[in-house]
Amino acid sequence: MNIRQSTIPLFIVAAPLLVSFVLPVVGRWRRAWVFPLAITALTISFGTSILTAREVLTSGPVQYFMGGWIPPWGIEFRIDQLGVLMLLLLSFITLLVAIYSKQSILKEVPDREAPFYSVYLLFVSGLNGIVATADMFNMYVFLEISSLSSYALIALGGGRAVVSAFRYVILGTVGAAFYLLGVGYLYSVTGSLNMADLAQILPSLYESNAVRVGFAFLVIGLSIKMALFPMHAWLPGAYSDAPSAVSALIAATSTKVAAFALVRMLFFVFEPRFSVELIPVTTLLCWMGAIAMILGSVMALAQSDLKRMLAYSSVAQIGYIVLGVGLANADGLTGGLLHIVNHAFMKGCLFLVAGAIVYRTGIREIRGLRNLSVKMPWTAGAFTVSAFSMIGIPPTCGFFSKLYLILGAIESEQWFFVAVILFSTALALVYFANVIRYIYFPREEHVTGPDNSGGTSDLSGLTRHEVPLTMLVPTVLLAVGVILLGLFNGEVVSQFLVPVIPESFLR
Amino acid sequence: MIDFLIGHFNVVAYVVLMMIGFYAMTGKTNLVKKLVGMNIFQWSIVLFFVSLGAKRGATIPIVRGNSHSAHGSEQLILEAAHYANPLPHVLMLTAIVVGVATTGVALALLLRIYKQYGTLEEDELLEKIHSAIR
Repeated sequence: MNIRQSTIPLFIVAAPLLVSFVLPVVGRWRRAWVFPLAITALTISFGTSILTAREVLTSGPVQYFMGGWIPPWGIEFRIDQLGVLMLLLLSFITLLVAIYSKQSILKEVPDREAPFYSVYLLFVSGLNGIVATADMFNMYVFLEISSLSSYALIALGGGRAVVSAFRYVILGTVGAAFYLLGVGYLYSVTGSLNMADLAQILPSLYESNAVRVGFAFLVIGLSIKMALFPMHAWLPGAYSDAPSAVSALIAATSTKVAAFALVRMLFFVFEPRFSVELIPVTTLLCWMGAIAMILGSVMALAQSDLKRMLAYSSVAQIGYIVLGVGLANADGLTGGLLHIVNHAFMKGCLFLVAGAIVYRTGIREIRGLRNLSVKMPWTAGAFTVSAFSMIGIPPTCGFFSKLYLILGAIESEQWFFVAVILFSTALALVYFANVIRYIYFPREEHVTGPDNSGGTSDLSGLTRHEVPLTMLVPTVLLAVGVILLGLFNGEVVSQFLVPVIPESFLR
Repeated sequence: MIDFLIGHFNVVAYVVLMMIGFYAMTGKTNLVKKLVGMNIFQWSIVLFFVSLGAKRGATIPIVRGNSHSAHGSEQLILEAAHYANPLPHVLMLTAIVVGVATTGVALALLLRIYKQYGTLEEDELLEKIHSAIR
């Protein structure tokens, strides 16, 4: 056990955390400084993630001991290849969305920059903390930091958003409470909270009922946080009623981090032997994932509101991730983890596009998107690239994670799940093709006649009118990222994912 | 069965409290009552943790190291079973802070809901939301 120690990972979490406390004060004094300060904090976070990534990729995992206390007594930050991939992803996407949010928030939630960015940074540091920490209770605290700030961010959306946020508060708190209860059971038998320490103590206690109950609570708690199928009730309202930038932020990051935490629990704190054979939780996860994929896609098909459609599609995509994790073999897990990254990029991009459309035209209805390709060609292009990726058309990244998932399902001879993946893909094709048809190939008969979208007149005006550059550039960058991730998916898998696949999966 | 229940009365107590909270969250239509249920749910887990660290006849975990009686301090360190485990209680201090923050956020949301819709009854609220969409 000679893991390199490093101070750098601390800054990934600490920079946004510290600045978030300063911002409300600065906001009273110099309003103009709020946005640059927030961007600085997120840039520090991103920069230190890159430095950490260089260290991790050259010489293996790094760790940091809080206050110099040696684990298992002290709190430890430990970042392995998978963790650093998540940190890169989180800090990159949160930086882009923060740049995007300047104009968007100015229009949707005026005069609230200081509190908004303060809570935004708190959210980011919570997410980064969940990924970085190697302590079970510390993870609970970070989980709640990110959840509490996301409740506040969602409630900014106006209209129904407060009610959606309250519903999310209740369900999210139940999820966190279950997680805490699971930690309590594990602590009561092992006396340890450190993940690496638990991984060493637990194998001799796998027969203990307390360990099994604790494990069940952990899985349920995290499933609520990641909106896995029967526990997804909070997600559609929360995503579709939040301000545009917040939708993109939360949809791209929050549930993915919970999925990451679930993978940590299933395969790192517990051995695959336990979560696959002793308690067949992975089989259960497979089925819940499969149901989520079908029902999420069907519900998405039924929506007329673009953001709500994207939200239901998120429920389906969580299904893909969980199915990959549940297959519990090398290809399946690779597919699931790759899909976490891919989905963050594509869903982030799609919500940014939805936000851009609302910013420019106020239209939320899919039917109102006629001739968007003429009015906002770049935005429409970004939407199309991400939609292709959601469907799974090569060379976009969505194709490769689905390919891995199908390979994984074939490897464990689960032909039913292969069929489910293909069927859900077909449904995704239908609902995204519907939107793309409105954007590029509007039918003439729709232009005349009653319409409730309100802003159609300026869309049919056919003048080019893109969103401001600070909003357009992040959107296009994410779309480019979708293609680049697809082209270099081999690199991502071999550098970041292969080293963390449990040995028993490789055989 | 009775012996098991008595032997694990802390577990029984937290499960009962938790179910009361769960009932309030799902069975009540008033949002404030739902919030109260959520609080009971959270605090039941806090009590469970606190009961983990409790021990009959144990003392506070402070070692009084008298430098001139080396014999005494040696004995104190050896007999760790005499001390209550402070860690669950310390963890719960943090969890209570988290719980208070959650309640604060939820109450702020309830205020905004009341200002916006003039009611905190869920059925009336849903009716108003639906009529607003139409």
